[in-house]
Amino acid sequence: MAMQKYSVFSLIKNAFKGHKDWEVAWKDPTPKAEYDVIIIGGGGHGLATAYYLAKEHNITKVAIIEKGWIGGGNVGRNTTIIRSNYMHDENGLFSEFGMELWRNMSLDLNFNVMFSPRGIINLAHSDAQMNAYSRRGNSMRLNGIDAVLLNREEVKKIIPMADFSENVRFPIFGGLMQPSAGTARHDAVAWGYARQADSMGVDIIQNCEVTGFNVANGKILGIRTSKGEIKAKKIGLCVAGSTNILAEKLNMTLPIETHLLQACVSEPIKPILDNVVTFGAGHFYCSQSDKGEMVMGGDLDGYNSYAQRGNLPTLQHVLTEGIAMFPFLSKLKMLRTWGGIMDMSMDGSPIIDKTHIEGLYLNCGWCYGGFKATPASGWTFAHTIAQDKPHKLNEGYSLNRFSTGHLIDEKGLGTKTWIS
Amino acid sequence: MLYILCPHCGLRPQTEFSYGGDATVKRPELNKEISDQDWDNFVYLRKSPRGKHLELWQHISGCRQWIKVERDTLTHEIFTTYKASENT
Repeated sequence: MAMQKYSVFSLIKNAFKGHKDWEVAWKDPTPKAEYDVIIIGGGGHGLATAYYLAKEHNITKVAIIEKGWIGGGNVGRNTTIIRSNYMHDENGLFSEFGMELWRNMSLDLNFNVMFSPRGIINLAHSDAQMNAYSRRGNSMRLNGIDAVLLNREEVKKIIPMADFSENVRFPIFGGLMQPSAGTARHDAVAWGYARQADSMGVDIIQNCEVTGFNVANGKILGIRTSKGEIKAKKIGLCVAGSTNILAEKLNMTLPIETHLLQACVSEPIKPILDNVVTFGAGHFYCSQSDKGEMVMGGDLDGYNSYAQRGNLPTLQHVLTEGIAMFPFLSKLKMLRTWGGIMDMSMDGSPIIDKTHIEGLYLNCGWCYGGFKATPASGWTFAHTIAQDKPHKLNEGYSLNRFSTGHLIDEKGLGTKTWIS
Repeated sequence: MLYILCPHCGLRPQTEFSYGGDATVKRPELNKEISDQDWDNFVYLRKSPRGKHLELWQHISGCRQWIKVERDTLTHEIFTTYKASENT
C-alpha cells in the first residue's frame, strides 16, 4: 500500500475523523534472516543512509538496527545548527552539497523539517581573528559558499543585544557571517527519513543491540544481535559515540575518542535573536528556538566519557562565555540541560570509508558537527556502500589519512580531542 | 563535580586539574627501527573503552604534577589514583 501523503488536505480529512485513522509513520518489523545491507545505528546518519540507499541506488532490502529507539541519540540531542562555513576544500564542498539537500529536504521527505536559513555569525574579538575570518571567508567563497565579513557596526545592527560596551574583556571587532546557514527541527529530520525509508521497504528494527560480528576470511558475513543472527554481505556503522564499542568487537582500534558534550535551553522568551551566533573568544553558541527558548552549547566536558549526562563545572564555564556575549542571558532561568556522547576524531574531521574487512563500511568522527552533516553523510555513505568505493565528496574522509599524513585539521588543534 | 585524589595533595575538585588522555599509550622507543604503524598507534589510535580507563591528569592549579587516574568512563567513578612514576 502506498504511503499516506501528508498535506493540508490529509490533515483536514483526518481532523473530521478525530485523528483516529492516521497510518503509523513506520512499522515495527521482526528482523529477516538476511538483508543486502545492514545499517547499524538508527540516528540521523543511519536513517539518511538507508533512505539514500533506497532512493538513489535502488537497494531496498535494508535493515536499520538500533539499540534504543530511533532519534534517541545525538540527532535528538544537538543544538540543530546547519552550516557549511569551512575553510578546507573537503569540508566546505561536502557541507555545501549538504546545504542543497537541506534546502529541499521538507519537500523531498514530505515532512516539515522546519529548515530555517537564518544565518550564522562567528564573532571576532581581535584583529588577528578578523584576519583569520577574512581568510576563511575567502576560502568559502572560492568554493561557492556564501560568506560576509562584518565589521563591528554591521554586527551591532544585527545583534544589538550583544555586549558592545567599551570595557569588556573580549570586545566585538566584527564577525564572519554565512547568511544561508541556519537551523532545523532535529527530531523531524530523524522521523522524516525514517518514514520515507520505511515506505520504500527498509526495516527499522528498534530495541535490538548488536552483540557481535560474523567475519570470515576477511569478509563480513553478518551480525549477532539481541534478536538473533542476521546475515548481510554489506554492513555500515553509523553509531557516533558508540563507534569504539563496536570497533572493539571487530578487533579494530580507531583514531576516535568518545567524549561528552552538553547543551541546554533557557525558559522561553519573546523573540530576540534571529540568527545563530558564536562567541569567538571561547566556545559558546546560541540561537533561539521557535518555542522561544535560547538554545546553547559549547565545550566538551573534557574527559573520555560514555555517560549521556554532563557535569556542572563545564556548564558554568560555557554559560559564563554566553553571558559575556549576551549579558541578558544572566536573567534567564535554565529550563533543561542534557548531554550526548561524541565520536571525536583526531583531526576534527569525519571518516566515511571502507575498512580492511570486505563489506564493512565506517561512518564516524563527527565531533561537534554531526547534525548538519546528516543528509550529506547519508548520501555519500549510501554511495560508498552501494558502489563499494567513496564518492568524490567523501574521498578525503578516509580512514588511512592519519597514517599517511593527509589530515583535515580545520582548527589546527592536533590530536588532543578534548581541547576544543 | 568530580573529586580527584591527588597522591601529592589529597582530595581536590576537578576544576584544579587538566586532562591528559589515555595513560596506557607508549611512545615508540628512540634508537630503534620504528614503523609508520608504530607511530600511527602512538599518535592517533585509541581504544577509548567504555568502563575502566587509565588516564593522565595534571594537577595544574595545585602541585602541577602529572598523575594517573583509574576512572570509569560510563559512571565517572574514580577507583584509584597513582603518581606518574608509580606502576599501575
